[in-house]
Amino acid sequence: MLRSAGQVVFEETAEGLTVHVNGEIDHHSAVSVRREIDERITMSRPKRVYLELSGVDFMDSSGLGLIMGRYALVKQSGGELYVADPSLAVVKMMRLAGMERMIRLVKHKKSS
Amino acid sequence: MKKRVDFSASVENEMRLFLPAKSVNEGMARASVAAFCAQLDPTALEIADLKCAVSEAVTNCIVHAYRDVEGEIEIDVKLCEGRLISISVRDKGCGIENVKEARQPLFTTDAEGERSGMGFTVMENFCDEVRVTSRLGKGTTVVLLKRLHK
Repeated sequence: MLRSAGQVVFEETAEGLTVHVNGEIDHHSAVSVRREIDERITMSRPKRVYLELSGVDFMDSSGLGLIMGRYALVKQSGGELYVADPSLAVVKMMRLAGMERMIRLVKHKKSS
Repeated sequence: MKKRVDFSASVENEMRLFLPAKSVNEGMARASVAAFCAQLDPTALEIADLKCAVSEAVTNCIVHAYRDVEGEIEIDVKLCEGRLISISVRDKGCGIENVKEARQPLFTTDAEGERSGMGFTVMENFCDEVRVTSRLGKGTTVVLLKRLHK
């Protein structure tokens, strides 16, 4: 079920928690995106988290910190984080940092 | 090693922007620069690169140069002969102690937060050349140079 539309939308499925992030991720927006995701992850401690980033049309290096931080948080509670359907802006940035060697990029069919 | 950009080209148009160092202005800063550069008819990829590089430079001013104090950021965009774009991002903040070290990939002074330390690496990868001058206690100027395809 989808939560009310915003930059961050959560979707619980049998596979785990999907977090749809939309719009622009920069140092400013990363603060609220991080807070929302962390609240949810801390509360529900999902085994699998899919960070679905197809709707991200801008991302700078603040987004790298955001992804790495969530990866560490999920890992800490014994789960696994995947980046699903990243947009070109996201892929470009992750490649630059060599991050795709660490975090698995997956295809994830959007149910919404 | 990238070739240094010959920057003797004459300026054909110029825009100057002064804005308070507040994170809420990051989006406006990169969008304004992109809108001004659009008159050179850049590709979508070139615009995306410029926006990203500007975002990194402006974020550095807010996160590092001014940290928790108020300050002003000056952005000066020059469109030069030969489709060369020069974007200078200047602050009057704390300055960088060691510029060479700051430009290293993954270098960050922010151990507590979630800064990736990739700011300068992004600027360097998305531009043809990045020039940094800094004086402790006086401020930093980052000049992003990018030549658009014909």
